Amino acid sequence: MSRFKLALQDEHRSNLIVSVLAIILGFLAGLLILLITGLNPLDMFIAMGRGVFGITDAGFNIRYIGEFLVTVMPITLTGLSVAFAFQAGLFNIGAEGQMIVGGYAAVFVALVVKLPIGLHVVVAVLAAAVAGALWGFVPGLLKAKFNINEVVVTIMMNYTAMYTTNYLLKLIPGSSLTKTADIPQSASLSSSFLSSLTNQSRLNWGIIIVILAIIIFKIIMEKTTFGYELRAVGANRDASRYAGMKVSRNIILSMSIAGAFAGLAGAVMTLGTFGFGRVLTSFDGYGSDGIAVALIGGNTALGSLFGGVLLGALQSAQTIMQVYGIPKEIAVIVSAMIIVLIAMKNGLKDILKRIGGIK
Amino acid sequence: MSTLYTALNMTLIFSCPIIIAGLGGLYSEKSGVTNVALEGLMLIGAFASATTIVFLEPYTAWAPWISIVVGAIAGGIFSLIHAFASIRLKANQVISGTGINMLATGLTVYLCQIIFNQQRTQTFQTGFAKVSVPVLKDIPIIGPIFFNNVYATVYIGFLLVLITWYVLKKTRFGIRMRACGENPHAAESLGINVYKTRYIGVLISGILSGLAGGILVLTQDTQFTVGSIHGIGFIALATLVFGKWNPFGVLGAGTFFGLSQIIRMFVNSVAFLSFLPDEVFFAFPYVITIFALILFRGKGNGPKAAGIPYDQGARS
Repeated sequence: MSRFKLALQDEHRSNLIVSVLAIILGFLAGLLILLITGLNPLDMFIAMGRGVFGITDAGFNIRYIGEFLVTVMPITLTGLSVAFAFQAGLFNIGAEGQMIVGGYAAVFVALVVKLPIGLHVVVAVLAAAVAGALWGFVPGLLKAKFNINEVVVTIMMNYTAMYTTNYLLKLIPGSSLTKTADIPQSASLSSSFLSSLTNQSRLNWGIIIVILAIIIFKIIMEKTTFGYELRAVGANRDASRYAGMKVSRNIILSMSIAGAFAGLAGAVMTLGTFGFGRVLTSFDGYGSDGIAVALIGGNTALGSLFGGVLLGALQSAQTIMQVYGIPKEIAVIVSAMIIVLIAMKNGLKDILKRIGGIK
Repeated sequence: MSTLYTALNMTLIFSCPIIIAGLGGLYSEKSGVTNVALEGLMLIGAFASATTIVFLEPYTAWAPWISIVVGAIAGGIFSLIHAFASIRLKANQVISGTGINMLATGLTVYLCQIIFNQQRTQTFQTGFAKVSVPVLKDIPIIGPIFFNNVYATVYIGFLLVLITWYVLKKTRFGIRMRACGENPHAAESLGINVYKTRYIGVLISGILSGLAGGILVLTQDTQFTVGSIHGIGFIALATLVFGKWNPFGVLGAGTFFGLSQIIRMFVNSVAFLSFLPDEVFFAFPYVITIFALILFRGKGNGPKAAGIPYDQGARS
């Protein structure tokens, strides 16, 4: 008990305790909903286990592990996006839209711009990052210059992104009403090596992008003065201003970089997982998954990877869950509960301290 | 001319849910709790209303009215999660609101799967019936816009604007509520129960958002889908900024955003617009909201303590 008390008094460790508690309670809430609606909660965990470890009725199938990693990739990137903005004290609900425009830019470069093999895919991926960054730049600019709340603006930008790219996608030669033509091999992230390694799963070189993004996030945040300033601005905007930091510039940059991470998620999906651009009728929800991922991971790089793996496990189990008759939205419900619970971390800490007998 | 009347008439219908949800947001913010969960609360209200009407409509002509009441109640109950998180557990209100939006998305579609075995509710046969008010509908100009072929729910919207203005400006309760949103410590020292007042503020916002969601789905749709609310809750939030946190401002801003929604229906009647792709008009309400936020960015019109958890011990 005394070690528990000590941990609670330590800022960093108490955050960790609250995160773990939020994850447990989030899953419990999911179980409760399954129970109330007459379904067997154990099936959810069996499905998750089978999804993550590739255990099927016909024995071990490594394809499931490949597909599990495929679900981890985009939500880890949108998680990094949300986490990066959070570090600067900004709430990026716009990862969804930034990802959509990133995906469009990647597909545009892939299908319309002619470039040699090797260079083509790199340019397509960078285009996605730039497009995402632009989509993050706008709310960043409005926040920095006019102090307009980034939450409403980014939501509006999400819808704008969806409808605008839906139109633009259909203009690309070869597009149907629902998707573009398949992208050429020179711009593809797909990998026959990774795919054959995982029994024909859709696993692709996007995984390299995710790893690089995590490293870049970590270096910017922990090794550069810019990262230090961002965190200072996030901790106390006014104090940073008095200390002579360029607060406006930092806000704009952090939203732009956050947008770039989300844009990369778009590239991974279009150039890697699908191999074409899709006309969307509603949001995929990668943006809100990113919020859960970032919060679970305490807005750090490796934390986001952990959050991505955890929620990826839940999501990759969705198809198996449906076999058990569990609607796949249970994954959304659990993620949402985790977000609400982590939002209450100060209150939860107070409760834990009361239980632990600390004044 | 008749096209213009129809357009204005449609504007009223599409503004109504925005205005009602906006008023909901007003109560919450005035009491000191930022409510970005309006969208999710509307989803809950829309789902509850659509489900109720599917089951009730074979039995009673009152089904639409009962359904929106059920929607309002569902929204109210659901808002208590946000209230509990924000008020008792000192949550970051924007994050908790976002979580609630996501929860509403997941839960409504989940329940559709459980109840209807599909991603949406069943379609209902009749939502609200349009009404025409005798005598009044013959008044020139005003008649065709306000009293001919319009949903009665539109009048609920107008009525709620007046009630909200009266409650917030003229009643003891309203003045206390505003005190909690401006300076909760001063309010507490005068004997006002800040926690309780904020609970009521959020609860009213839940009831009104649920009602707005119900009205939206029963007047603009034939079933509930996950896209039924499509950002209207956030546009309602923008009406607060645009309308300077005033009920009549919300009315004006809501009407403006309602107009932005219906333009796409009249594109074909206006020659110079008809060559633009549909997507331009789908995106229009969202783009115009961003511009409205830029143009009407307020300087300190919002309640000063909105969004800050109240801690009895802390002094600011």
